[in-house]
Amino acid sequence: MSAPADVLVVGASAAGLATVEALRRKGYTGRVTVLGAETHLPYDRPPLSKQVLAGDWEPERAQLRQPAALSSLDAEFLLGDPAVGLDATGRSVRTAAGRVLTAEAVVIATGLRPRTLPGQENLAGVHVLRTLDDAVALRADVRSGSRVVVVGDGVLGSEIAATLSAMGARVTLAGPQPAPMAMQFGPLAAGLLARLHTERGVDLRLGTAASGLVGENGRIAGVQLADGDVLPADVVVVAFGAAPVTEWLSGSGLRCDNGVVCDSGCRAADGIYAAGDVARWHHETFDSLLRLENRTNATEQAVAVAGNILGENQPYTPVPYFWTNQFDARIHVHGLLSADAEVSIVDGSPDDRRFVADYRVDGELVGVLGWNMPKQARQRRADIAATPVLVGGKS
Amino acid sequence: MKVTVDEEKCCGAGTCVLLAPAVFDQRDEDGIVILLDERPGEDLHAIVREAASVCPGAAISVGEDV
Repeated sequence: MSAPADVLVVGASAAGLATVEALRRKGYTGRVTVLGAETHLPYDRPPLSKQVLAGDWEPERAQLRQPAALSSLDAEFLLGDPAVGLDATGRSVRTAAGRVLTAEAVVIATGLRPRTLPGQENLAGVHVLRTLDDAVALRADVRSGSRVVVVGDGVLGSEIAATLSAMGARVTLAGPQPAPMAMQFGPLAAGLLARLHTERGVDLRLGTAASGLVGENGRIAGVQLADGDVLPADVVVVAFGAAPVTEWLSGSGLRCDNGVVCDSGCRAADGIYAAGDVARWHHETFDSLLRLENRTNATEQAVAVAGNILGENQPYTPVPYFWTNQFDARIHVHGLLSADAEVSIVDGSPDDRRFVADYRVDGELVGVLGWNMPKQARQRRADIAATPVLVGGKS
Repeated sequence: MKVTVDEEKCCGAGTCVLLAPAVFDQRDEDGIVILLDERPGEDLHAIVREAASVCPGAAISVGEDV
């Protein structure tokens, strides 16, 4: 198969940028265009809930590449102009500003949009955290002593709660799980995470879902819980999941079902590929459709997509990986954890807040969690790779 | 080729070590990157560029040797 004459990448974040870099690294010399919905040059999202929110970094430090590195890619970046439609047969994308962009290969890397609670857009003081602008706005709204309720006990909500608490806010973390991240981590590691949050002053209000927001004169006043209680709040962060940005693909003929559905080579249709948070592809080792919302997947899938655009025709079969920083805990996860897996400590000790845990299902190693032991956890990664057992995850 | 790393951006994933163990390692105590070879040989340039591109912390930069 010969390389396409031109490539259009829809999405200018980690996956979009990595696609372009991988194309050039692999020697592609054709025309490359990157379309981005936001006005910013490509920036990194993991620091938004950590260093940027905390104020340890100026927002500019989250930029993924220096201008010189970006211009060396010889790609045209069209920013601040979201895609609004795709003609899959003609491989042509319409934009909000009225552009029509056509290319022989199109990469969909439009990422996620946070889920929201009803009415939140009409209330001041209610935030989501997905973009750089979101992080700056949330930071500006929180003062030392502010009563903040974080709705969402997954990785993003837990991380935001930790960061805001360390900044001096009075933080309540609300969500349906028995402990933060319990569905992924299981009782041992999630229990330790709950202890850490409690020790550092976060009020855990778990086991009950939030059902709505309570406003007063156009500003947030509290969060309504399903059990009837109201948690008073000056600021609320809604972080209970996000949905793939695929509305713009309706009518395109592509199959969108919890993401852009792709084959094992991340191909959604002839000449159309998807990478990153938005892509739901067939993982051959797990023999299942999988969609991963993590930073490493964005870049690794982009490398696979770039290769397949150039005719490598390789299946994408990663070992999933993510990390989270909460207070002094640096937690690294390889593979797919499951709350009901059999967990054994294989290095260090939970009492020392420094350990590596194996997660096994039916005796097979499905995942490894490192708590302040990143290198030692990574060294066990090779043992997961051959394990064709799918558990948990975000399929 | 001149490689530089930003320890403060490093998240300790170890992706670089998996790709180019002759160039990168991690500290035992906190997993932060150790640059073993800031001027790797030409045979390693492609894999080091890949390591820089896929680094989840965007902590690796590759410049020209001057």
